[in-house]
Amino acid sequence: MVKVTYIAHDGTETTLDGAEGDSVMATAISAGLDGIVGECGGSMMCATCHCYVDDAWSDRTGPRKDGEDDMLDCAADDVKDTSRLSCQIKLTAELDGLVVHLPSSQL
Amino acid sequence: MTLIEGHKPITPADGIPVWDVDPYDEAILANPDAYYAKLRELGPVVYIPRYSILAVGQYASAHKLFTNHENFISSRGVGLNDFALEEPWRPPSIILEVDPPDHTRTRRIMAKALSPKVVKSLADMFRAEAEIIVDDLLRESSFEAVTGLAERFPVTVFPKAVGMRDVHHRHLVDYGSCVFNAMGPDNALRRQALERNAIIGPWIMAACARDRLTDDGLGAMIYAEADAGTITEAEAAMLVRSFLSAGVDTTVTGIGNALWCLANNPAEWDRLRADITLARPAIEETLRFTSPVHTFGRTAARDTEIAGYPVEEGSKIICVLGAANSDPEKWGDPGTFRIDRRPLGHMAFGAGIHGCVGQNIARGEIEAILSVMAERVARIEPAGDAVWRPNNAIHALDQLPLKFIPN
Repeated sequence: MVKVTYIAHDGTETTLDGAEGDSVMATAISAGLDGIVGECGGSMMCATCHCYVDDAWSDRTGPRKDGEDDMLDCAADDVKDTSRLSCQIKLTAELDGLVVHLPSSQL
Repeated sequence: MTLIEGHKPITPADGIPVWDVDPYDEAILANPDAYYAKLRELGPVVYIPRYSILAVGQYASAHKLFTNHENFISSRGVGLNDFALEEPWRPPSIILEVDPPDHTRTRRIMAKALSPKVVKSLADMFRAEAEIIVDDLLRESSFEAVTGLAERFPVTVFPKAVGMRDVHHRHLVDYGSCVFNAMGPDNALRRQALERNAIIGPWIMAACARDRLTDDGLGAMIYAEADAGTITEAEAAMLVRSFLSAGVDTTVTGIGNALWCLANNPAEWDRLRADITLARPAIEETLRFTSPVHTFGRTAARDTEIAGYPVEEGSKIICVLGAANSDPEKWGDPGTFRIDRRPLGHMAFGAGIHGCVGQNIARGEIEAILSVMAERVARIEPAGDAVWRPNNAIHALDQLPLKFIPN
């Protein structure tokens, strides 16, 4: 299991157990977490799973995927250097303890 | 080697259940639920001797198949023909029937042209046209909803979005239907589609030429990529045509199926009218519940496996999206149409890197129709029997007589 902590815009923290190979988006959705919509199901066709990777983790989550910038451009909230589509971050043992911050809005 | 349906015959691995069924039988295509159920019940992967193909219907194995684009490729065709062994009926699509890295390049161009931002900019036009059509239909005592609404709306708004100067209602709808029928076996549906396409194809080709498009539509965005040198002029023309093959008949089907669901579930219509924020979840549930695209194929690029069963290189595998979307293991009560289900991960738009690139615009169109209807239509009543139209890849209505009761 890989632990991921989601910090909502209002500061509420939720820590979930994800499975290796699942995405940060899918882990949140299966637990019914508010704050990530994931409308396209992970095909990188929307920007409703936007998250900000915590500074301490951004090296380990790696760079944005090909095409991710174009979709982030459609995000409802501000896009920062640490912005990622959470469907494109796949959990690995190395990411155990990952912290992501959620935007004020996804739609 | 004698090919079957243009692909290599295979010997299924020990333990893979064999089912002598014709998934493309017109009776099954019209009413597929029993076929979906049996396919799932038999196992994660089933061998169908008639076409020497494998079929996958359980959600877990279907989703895995579609998200593994390295072992299960698209470049050898997403129908039954193996393009590595037989000449395809048309030049392969450079976005649908292609693998990375070529796919990554064209996909990115299409994804940009069809992004949520672009779709948002079309929302006012969608709404204005939806108002005109819904108001017209409210004046009728009853109407045929397939042609009168499900077709009329996309045929009105989509060519506008693309920037087309030429519009032909029938050709625009039937083009997609032909392309999807061509994904099936050499049956009557496919043969008729290829014949019909000989007439429609040239019309589409001419209507998508650069000089027949306005300079402010989706089509112009694609031709601009040719000017920028990211694709060739011929590739740009192909991508513009793919807007029409993939973006009209599919959306027509989505709208028709949504009307059918809501007419048959009046309590769900009442919920939608009471809370318009349920429009988008209602679209997802419609897509899950009716799977407008019911089947899509892949080819095994190498010796691999599905759910632990060996699968030989060159195997054609059909992914039965309709069966996955109605798998009780995944959905609990799949036979119930619930607009607030929020069925994340449904496979109506596929999954993985080939997930429908037009899904935002599809949602935008259906949302415009449902929103306007929710404001003005108190009840949607059936005015006769709904009839499904068999197609080798699309589960669409042929006739849907309805009556709108105004507020």
